[in-house]
Amino acid sequence: MGLLALFRRTPSSASVAKERLRIIVAQERSARGSPDYLPLLRREILQVIHKYVNVDPEAVQINLGQDEGHEVLELSVALPEKTRA
Amino acid sequence: MTEIIVVTSGKGGVGKTTTSASVACGLARRGKRVAVIDFDIGLRNLDLIMGCERRVVYDFVNVIQGDCTLKQALIKDKRLENLHLLAASQTRDKDALTADGVKRVLDELIAEGFDYILCDSPAGIEKGAHLAMYYADRAVVVVNPEVSSVRDSDRILGLLASKTQRAEQGNGGVKEHLLLTRYNPKRVASGEMMSVEDVKDILGLDVIGVVPESPDVLAASNSGVPVIFNDESDASLAYDDAVGRLLGEDKPLRFLEEPKRGFFARMFGG
Repeated sequence: MGLLALFRRTPSSASVAKERLRIIVAQERSARGSPDYLPLLRREILQVIHKYVNVDPEAVQINLGQDEGHEVLELSVALPEKTRA
Repeated sequence: MTEIIVVTSGKGGVGKTTTSASVACGLARRGKRVAVIDFDIGLRNLDLIMGCERRVVYDFVNVIQGDCTLKQALIKDKRLENLHLLAASQTRDKDALTADGVKRVLDELIAEGFDYILCDSPAGIEKGAHLAMYYADRAVVVVNPEVSSVRDSDRILGLLASKTQRAEQGNGGVKEHLLLTRYNPKRVASGEMMSVEDVKDILGLDVIGVVPESPDVLAASNSGVPVIFNDESDASLAYDDAVGRLLGEDKPLRFLEEPKRGFFARMFGG
């Protein structure tokens, strides 16, 4: 890298690689410990909710976490503003 | 005490076999009794890199299936008498390798008094790769400073932490080390290649060796003499350092920077 490189604005490709990897590796690590049934569980819960409320598939979040030695299954559903019965 | 070390990576072509051959020779050169096993069933290659391809009579699967004894299948290295190779089978039968069979062979090598058993893993995460790592005490994860290799290494680290005997028994797990190969200091300096620190940061592991990209590696495999024997090569010195670190020596990393250039060359790049 010479003096001219100091005036270059675009980030180096290595730093782009690092940033992309940092994100994907973190994402894959968080999914790693979770049981295999989680995606299916998510889909079935979504189906049940869908019978009553028209929610966006993206609005259902399921996470398995650790809290003081307990495993916690966290379910979060964002309901649309106007719900239809 | 025998130590079982798996050389693995996930991605193919990053230098697992080159590393297995050089590390095995390096350990043997320091007086250790070493057995190196090629787990790449169907795609035997370690014999070629070690230069003993014409001396393979029996292989790993022959021993597992009882066609011969382990002693008959072990190929003694011509250069180092305390180094032995167990070649992979060229069978296309993927089920030829069994957990039970692998364990029997490893137990027999342990009973024979080997100090180190190196398991050269195939690429991928299929059965061969799984069995290569399953009984390991330590893992050398070979990685290139390149996105797909780093990501695959992380996947392998996940498997080492869950799908190995040590992980299942909960006795501390497999001890993991990173070994970077194809490292090009010049491209790192110009921001075209991730640095050792970058890879270390992403994977969160200690680095046991950095092998610079070198034409000597291809020359070594061409001639069937592992690159560690080429004393004039930086790659050889880097592998020898890594072997020292495996044995607990404290050595600073070398070859992380390109040789110094003159003032003007540095100021104006190129």
